[in-house]
Amino acid sequence: MDFQVVVLAGGTSKNLLPLVSKEVPKALLPVANRPVLSYVLEQLELSNLKDLIVVVEGEDAAIHVGGWISNAYVDRLHVEVAAVHEEVGTAGALRAIAHHLTANDILVVSGDLVFDVPPGALAAAHRKHNAVVTTMLCPAPVSGPTESGSSGGKDKIKKPRRYNIIGLDPSKQFLLHIGTGAEVEKDIRIQKSILRAVGQMEIRADLMDAHMYAFKRSVLQEVLDEKDEFQSLKEDVLPYLVRSQLKSEVLFSGVPQTEENGNEKVSSQNNQAVVSRIMANASTPSFHELSSGYNGSTHVRRIHKCCAYIASESRYCQRLNSIQAFSDINRDVIGDASHLSGYSFSAHNNIIHPSAQLGTRTTVGPHCMLWEGSQMGDKCSVKRSVIGRHCRIGSNVKVVNSVVMNHVTIGDGCSIHGSVICSNAQLQERAVLKDCQVGAGFVVTAGSEHKGESLARK
Amino acid sequence: MDARRATTTVPRVRQVGFFTPNAPPAQPSRTHSFPLDSSSPPLSNSPVNSSLSPVMIPPSRHLSDNLVHRATSPLPVPEPSAFRRHHVAVVGSYNPTESLLGSSPPLASPSSRVIGDGEFSEESSAGWFRRSNSAKFASSFSGAFDLTSVKSSETGGFHQVKKPVVAQPKEEKSGAAAVVEPQINKGLSSSSTKPLKEKTTKAERRALQEAQRAAKAAAKDMTVSVGVSTSKPVKQQPAQKKDAPPPASSIAVSDRKGVERSMEKERRKDIPAPRMQFDDKSRVEKAKKRAVVNQSEARNRVELFRHLPQYEHGTQLPDLESKFFQLDPMHPAVYKVGLQYLAGDISGGNARCIAMLQAFQEVIKDYSTPPEKSLTRDLTAKISSFVSFFTECRPLSMSMGNTIRFLKSRIAKLPLTFSESEAKASLCADIDRFINEKIVLADNVIIRHAVTKIMDGDVLLTYGSSCVVEMILLYAHELGKQFRVVIVDSRPKLKGQALLRRLVGKGLSCTYTHINAVSYIMHEVTRVFLGSSSVLSNGTVYSRVGTACVAMVAHAFHVPVLICCEAYKFHERVLLDSICSNELGDPDALTKVPGRMDINYLDDLTNKDNMQLLNLMYDATPSEYVSMIITDYGMIPPTSVPVIVREYGREYLWI
Repeated sequence: MDFQVVVLAGGTSKNLLPLVSKEVPKALLPVANRPVLSYVLEQLELSNLKDLIVVVEGEDAAIHVGGWISNAYVDRLHVEVAAVHEEVGTAGALRAIAHHLTANDILVVSGDLVFDVPPGALAAAHRKHNAVVTTMLCPAPVSGPTESGSSGGKDKIKKPRRYNIIGLDPSKQFLLHIGTGAEVEKDIRIQKSILRAVGQMEIRADLMDAHMYAFKRSVLQEVLDEKDEFQSLKEDVLPYLVRSQLKSEVLFSGVPQTEENGNEKVSSQNNQAVVSRIMANASTPSFHELSSGYNGSTHVRRIHKCCAYIASESRYCQRLNSIQAFSDINRDVIGDASHLSGYSFSAHNNIIHPSAQLGTRTTVGPHCMLWEGSQMGDKCSVKRSVIGRHCRIGSNVKVVNSVVMNHVTIGDGCSIHGSVICSNAQLQERAVLKDCQVGAGFVVTAGSEHKGESLARK
Repeated sequence: MDARRATTTVPRVRQVGFFTPNAPPAQPSRTHSFPLDSSSPPLSNSPVNSSLSPVMIPPSRHLSDNLVHRATSPLPVPEPSAFRRHHVAVVGSYNPTESLLGSSPPLASPSSRVIGDGEFSEESSAGWFRRSNSAKFASSFSGAFDLTSVKSSETGGFHQVKKPVVAQPKEEKSGAAAVVEPQINKGLSSSSTKPLKEKTTKAERRALQEAQRAAKAAAKDMTVSVGVSTSKPVKQQPAQKKDAPPPASSIAVSDRKGVERSMEKERRKDIPAPRMQFDDKSRVEKAKKRAVVNQSEARNRVELFRHLPQYEHGTQLPDLESKFFQLDPMHPAVYKVGLQYLAGDISGGNARCIAMLQAFQEVIKDYSTPPEKSLTRDLTAKISSFVSFFTECRPLSMSMGNTIRFLKSRIAKLPLTFSESEAKASLCADIDRFINEKIVLADNVIIRHAVTKIMDGDVLLTYGSSCVVEMILLYAHELGKQFRVVIVDSRPKLKGQALLRRLVGKGLSCTYTHINAVSYIMHEVTRVFLGSSSVLSNGTVYSRVGTACVAMVAHAFHVPVLICCEAYKFHERVLLDSICSNELGDPDALTKVPGRMDINYLDDLTNKDNMQLLNLMYDATPSEYVSMIITDYGMIPPTSVPVIVREYGREYLWI
């Protein structure tokens, strides 16, 4: 279908700091014991998209990600891993790999997306309207992370439960306004020209830009070339394209002509005009054409279309771009959106690997996962949590709403609520953690109590 | 049977009378209808109809000729040959003996006998000519068989071979004359042929079949033996009847094989495949398995329209979208157009056609023949698969069917010597020419014609939004004619609003009303211009639903109704009502009023079992309500549609 897929896997995001490290870049963060990137790759594979470019920030991270991909998908996917400098942003990343892009349209997917929306739907909407950019909007997650971060990881303003301000046309197909990042909290500024053209605009704050875009390659490359200062797709490129849709500055000379140049040889220009007029009259005009065409002006305005595909409510779509999101997604993947994980759940709605050992009177509740080789002592209780490989957990331990990665040692009598404990961490006896993040290899001393802290090795 | 024969024979008389002067040159086209003829006698007049080769005969004359006798008698509509063939298929399924019986009645009435006779002789002479032209060997022998069979009572001999060959052209002429005056025929015709005619019509026919059969046999083993002639007992009628189809191939063998075959094939193709009846559960299930688009059928369908496909609207699009990347063999351009059909982004016959053709052009440009396959076949198969995809997205319009037929015939007719790039270039050029000549130029011609019908002070009414009517109105406005436009529109599509917007933008004075008010507004209207999706060979205009209503109201008010329709939309099918062939739209469109949440009273009722919604897309306007059809071949009465279909509708004539 002439689409090229670029997965922006990021590097070591600052948002997720205690969780990510040099060894575990963001893309490899385990979600239900699978790297988050695998969710994206699997979804793409389901859609028969097997030629991918994965862009990773930083050489080290690229080596790790590349190593993992080549192990996991060696026979199934054809993946090129490209390393770019850190802090170049998403736009910069695309700029760096621009020479690899050849197809007409580019599908850009963020590597931290956990979703089951078919990418084909986005691509189809893009093709149908011959749009310059199509973005996927999904309902903002209800359980709401308290922090929203942009993909570039620059702003850390607290914006509870509001990600984007999005303006749509009445048919909900075209994107008229998008406010991201810091703009969300400010006053909304809407261009009069667009409003006048479309007549009616629907402003929604309950939608989130899922960071899955379909771009027309020629336009994308032109924008990236001309606007050096653009760093982020989400915050710079997309708003720019949306803003300028009625007075397009991009010289995408090829776009309107290429479609009809088949007629040139035989027919005169006049005939072509008639054909295009028939087509224009017969097709339902979008507001772009209405605003430019029928006013009798000979000067044809340059326009381009920015479309939006709104994922239905029933689909799951969330980005792993904050610690809160990380625990949310972990909980969802083994809970409500369990079809994403690809595991088969037991009758108790949980997964306990056969090699895991449970002590007497230890209960593992529904929506839990206890993976390979983990041992638990007596009288433990696990609720809504993920426990990774080869963890050793003592007696009388409570784990609720938490993620415990691999090779973690937890002493007797610990209580862990809503926390994330990274690999190789050690919790000594009677440690109490609430809403904490424990970095890799960190040792929590015996009897200590922490609440809402980020614990990591300095 | 008798009645039908009587009616069909009448026009045949006239036709023969008209066309004998041109008979010899017209023969090639006659030959290919020959076998059909022999297979079923009752329909033997088909060659006469199809013998009019537009290449030979100036079309204008034809047109007027047909008009004349159309006007005199409403009954003998000379149906297009393909429609006739349709009949052939039906008759062919009968008991052979029955059809034989059917052939005997001519004996009863003297006039028809003479006609049949003249025709048969003409027939056989056609056969003679051809055979003697190409394969002398076969011809002479088959001639012998023919003779012997004809004169079964007399002595069959080789010395007589030459004689009928000479005699029969004469006979043909006399047959033509006989049309005017049967008695003269008797006088003119040679004494040897005359008794034959009178008593052995049946026998002669049988003899003809014999001859063909023999010719076939002869061609098969290429060893000609006189014994074949002896091996035909007169009493072998049923067997011969069964053999009736083979003569077709025998002729093909004896003559330009390839050409004949392809003609035959084409003819067979022309017979429309039985339409899928969507109330047939098992078939629907099967079709579903094949389907690309996963469609769920709507539940509450109106009983009368169960046979038409209707799907749960809104389920198709997401499904198709999500399969975007899975549908690898689908070309992106095709996919896009299909999606646009499905979403309703493209509507209108011309636009859909152009969109489809442009998509096919893209396909052809990107096409490369896979190894060990031939372009002709593989590309045809590919196009067919795309067409079925389009059909799933939205049922094809008749104009699109015609267009597809054209494209396929162009592919089939590609010279074998063409390289792939040449073939692709030629196909692309063909498509361009089609768009230009059949749509753009045709529209231009229609506009020129139609504008002559617009006078100063006219009030023109149009319904919905037809692109050619719009162009007419704009052109008349450009010419400075003073007129007013009434645009009649209807829910739920409200296509007229877009037209209104464009016309008002150009400075025309317009009145906009809905179809409920058409009888009130009709008082002041002086002419009605309507577009059409298709015009069928009985003059029925198949168009956007509501057109028939407008036409009938106009008729009641004695306002002329002018249908503007490009000739490529003409179809040889006959439609009597709008039930058996129609399209169902989204039923929910009826209940929902966009932008008015407050009046959606029916929202919660859509799933009730005792409520059925019917959103018909098309209707059929009977020809008596149509004053004139403006087409690219001129302005014609609706009764002349078959002429256009017959003369210009063959796809090899299209460009």
